Amino acid sequence: MVRNYFRLSVLGFALMAGAMMPVVMTAQTSKPAPAPHPAPAAKADAGKSDASAADLEAIKRPALPPFKPAVPKRIQLANGMVIFLMEDHELPLIDANALIHGGSRGEPADKVGLATIFGVSWRTGGTKTRTGDELDDLLEARAARVETSADLNGSQMQLSCLKGDFDFVLDIYNDLLRNPDFRQNKIDLAKDQVRTTIARRNDDLGSIAARESGKLGYGAQSPFARVPEYATVAAVTREDLLGWHARFVHPNNMILGVTGDFDSADMEARLRRMFESWPAGAEYKKTDVTITPPRPGIYAIEKSDVNQSEIRMVAAGIRRDDPDYYATQVLNEIFGGSFSSRLFSNLRSREGLAYAVGGGVFANYGHPGLTLAIIGTKSGTTVKAIEGLYREIDGMHTHPVTTAEIQKARDSLLNSFIFEFDTRQKVMFARMNYEFHGYPSDFLERYPKGVAAVTAADVERVAAKYLDKSKFAVLVVGKAADFDKPLDTFGKVTTIDITIPQPGASPPR
Amino acid sequence: MRRSLSFFMLAILLICLNGSGLAQDIASFEKRTTVKVLNNGLTVIVCRRPDAPVFSFYTLVDAGAAQDPQGESGMAHMFEHMAFKGTDRIGTTDYAKEKLALARVESAYAAYDREDRRGTGRDAQKVQKLKAAFDEAVKDADQYVIKNRFGEIIEREGGNGLNANTSLDSTNYFYSLPANRLEVWAYLESSRFRHPVVREFYKERDVVHEERRLRIDSSPIGRMVEQFLAAAYTAHPYGRSGVGWPSELDHLTATEAEQFFHQYYVPSNTVIALVGDLKPEEAFALVEKYFGPWAAAPKPAPMTTIEPAQFAERTVVLKQNSQPFYVEGYHRPDYHDPDDAVYDAISSILSQGRTSRLYRSLVRDKKIAAAAFGFSGFPGQKYPGLFTFFAVPVPGHKPEELGQAFHEELGKLVNQDVTDEELQLVKTRAKADLLRSLASNQGLAQQLAFFQTRYGDWRELFRDVERIDKVTKADVRRVANQTFVESNRTVAIIENVTAPKKDASAPAGAQNPKESK
Repeated sequence: MVRNYFRLSVLGFALMAGAMMPVVMTAQTSKPAPAPHPAPAAKADAGKSDASAADLEAIKRPALPPFKPAVPKRIQLANGMVIFLMEDHELPLIDANALIHGGSRGEPADKVGLATIFGVSWRTGGTKTRTGDELDDLLEARAARVETSADLNGSQMQLSCLKGDFDFVLDIYNDLLRNPDFRQNKIDLAKDQVRTTIARRNDDLGSIAARESGKLGYGAQSPFARVPEYATVAAVTREDLLGWHARFVHPNNMILGVTGDFDSADMEARLRRMFESWPAGAEYKKTDVTITPPRPGIYAIEKSDVNQSEIRMVAAGIRRDDPDYYATQVLNEIFGGSFSSRLFSNLRSREGLAYAVGGGVFANYGHPGLTLAIIGTKSGTTVKAIEGLYREIDGMHTHPVTTAEIQKARDSLLNSFIFEFDTRQKVMFARMNYEFHGYPSDFLERYPKGVAAVTAADVERVAAKYLDKSKFAVLVVGKAADFDKPLDTFGKVTTIDITIPQPGASPPR
Repeated sequence: MRRSLSFFMLAILLICLNGSGLAQDIASFEKRTTVKVLNNGLTVIVCRRPDAPVFSFYTLVDAGAAQDPQGESGMAHMFEHMAFKGTDRIGTTDYAKEKLALARVESAYAAYDREDRRGTGRDAQKVQKLKAAFDEAVKDADQYVIKNRFGEIIEREGGNGLNANTSLDSTNYFYSLPANRLEVWAYLESSRFRHPVVREFYKERDVVHEERRLRIDSSPIGRMVEQFLAAAYTAHPYGRSGVGWPSELDHLTATEAEQFFHQYYVPSNTVIALVGDLKPEEAFALVEKYFGPWAAAPKPAPMTTIEPAQFAERTVVLKQNSQPFYVEGYHRPDYHDPDDAVYDAISSILSQGRTSRLYRSLVRDKKIAAAAFGFSGFPGQKYPGLFTFFAVPVPGHKPEELGQAFHEELGKLVNQDVTDEELQLVKTRAKADLLRSLASNQGLAQQLAFFQTRYGDWRELFRDVERIDKVTKADVRRVANQTFVESNRTVAIIENVTAPKKDASAPAGAQNPKESK
């Protein structure tokens, strides 16, 4: 009875009367909009006490045994290639991943989708000597994987195999890394997949809201928000993909991490033999991207076949190296990022307005995140839910965070910190990520100190700075005819047209 | 410690690579896995993995949405939400008073609900008055509640991945904590099942209805899946909405939730697996202390309903604004069937990876689908389920083309033997996938609880691979012949009918229910 987790998840989202917590939190008119019926924000219950307080007080928590997470070995080859090695003998497997600079943030505006197509057809398009289909046969006969992908900041090439197959699989990995062929038939197949995504992108409330709130947050043509169109996909050629590879895939532009059941000295020797002779290439230069902060106001998208509205309030957020990062982490726990946060307790548990509700100041490594407040509510309480979000945003100022809330937020972040490094893989991938984005190597270790130092004044300051009602663009996707009140209750409404430009239409300017 | 751990993993490798010497290898696994059944019937599995000072657990209550009483669809899921509402000591400022207030909520609700649903002679004014009295009672009870205290405690103690879910087969609770919080966990998890208080029920019912709108009503694929299962099943509750039909969901009561709890949340119907940096003696002592007093009760009787044989193909067509989709299913026996592993092998041959038949045919060669799969275990595994196929068409291709392509592939399975290479691939992959699935504490806890519940023995997790190893070409052909038959098939498709633009007043999609509030 093998369990089909992946395929179940496609259909199962509908079936599994679900998870207790939705995945909202991991998503990623300049006139202030007044709440027509201002109501006092409900006070959080964090300060109240019950009988369990004494019960828990009585339970001993023995000191955790000292735990020093293993440190990966870092090697830099003469050609600039950085390699991390982390032995992990628990399972007879070896996993590797290479992070390579050069992602969709640098693709031309008339070829949006290039990086995605590159990430897919790099692997399926095969190497100079073997087709992608041949690679499929060779790898799957060993239950091994070599896969490629690309995102905003770069591309990745992953490997996973039984340790006995490592030499064989590494040869394929190296061949694909350095000699890809991007055969036209697989480029076409990758384009079909992107076209399928384009055609279906207006089917679901959630995907419309996520995409369009990103455009409001960063600007519609921002590399952080734009999406492929039929025309931009059609414009991508095999030469573009070969050129992209020639431009970015150099040893001095990548970080390779290997973890699993091997001996580091032996692995180092093997990798040196394989990669030392690979000549360095042109240095990667990060594309500068200017961000247009969201224009405040109410934005509406009509969707007639739903009985729920998705509301997303969007403002500017931060990068993880922002000095406000730790204070916003504490703020998020209190505002909308936890089970006992104000948004969850007040709008979900107290008012029953939503299943999915959350918010906070989101932080990314490579580019600023967004500040978000999100709620999904039945059409007939759309305006009520917007008022509710406004009230909670205001409440962060009118009912400043309490000592109990801060204490709970800090305890929560610090006590769960160990789960950031409870496996060797996590530790190594975190280190690679820091180096890839230019963060200090001890960024993880700084976290508990940073959080512990956050004071109530810090939280108040970042609440004032990021949770400012007048700065939010408010997006509502839903069936307007069923709303409790028209959206212009809040002022001028800008309608967003999400009609998909059909093939043959000129690319957006 | 590290050494014996490696030895244990090596042992698994041996099972995986040889498929022989099974008994001996399970013996080595047994060194770190202990199962105990308490006097009250609760089964607890503890598996030591001292890599980092953390642990994960998985509580599996063997009652899912298939156990929802007639007329109370959505109840198992509703109770899952209530299991986060605290106890007589967690989440209340004064339980003695709250208890009385909650009783008043129930009687006020019963009076209001009875009048509201009266067929003839319904007195609207009276309904309004009773509704006001009910709202007042809710407000009165609410004053004692400390919102989300249960979850707050877990978060404060360092809880990670806190969640729960309800499938048609079971209700599952899980999270991870630092290793020094084992007793805190035992206190919280036992309290939740020994002394739950069904508070804030009616507000949470609204929350759950929002969940239904999110997953089903406002999602084209959600609407399709609900219709597909309703068409595929005539008698068995696998055909019923797990989150609940709107009318039934909106009339569930806290009293019914308590009845459901007393019937199904009994120690003999529950398995808990703990995996991590734990000492079994200490863990079992704490389990005994906290879970031992949980009152014993008989395991609920097995379901009598078995889906009758289907003898005519069923088709559901949803004409919607959204893009087309295709799904079809064939009834298959439950997991106790001797051919269970054959279905797994077929699923693997058809769907896993880019060498799979469906990928190569529908995606690579015919270029009509962006993805295509066929697999077992949907909508559940405990009772006879469906072997389900679905495909996402590439723009310009109709769902019917996908159906034809699936049937061509099934024709091949029925008429020709699979190749030796294909079957070998399945077996190699099953072994490697098992290894990969053991990597996380939470994943291992889930598998141990799952196999212990379904087979009465966690070791079946490893024997599963052995069963797949024994599947032959003849088995595949025989099972394909008995399963993939037209009269055993249910099809659901979404057909795109684009509505006239900018007409917000047009009736919504065919399956978009109107609210009855």
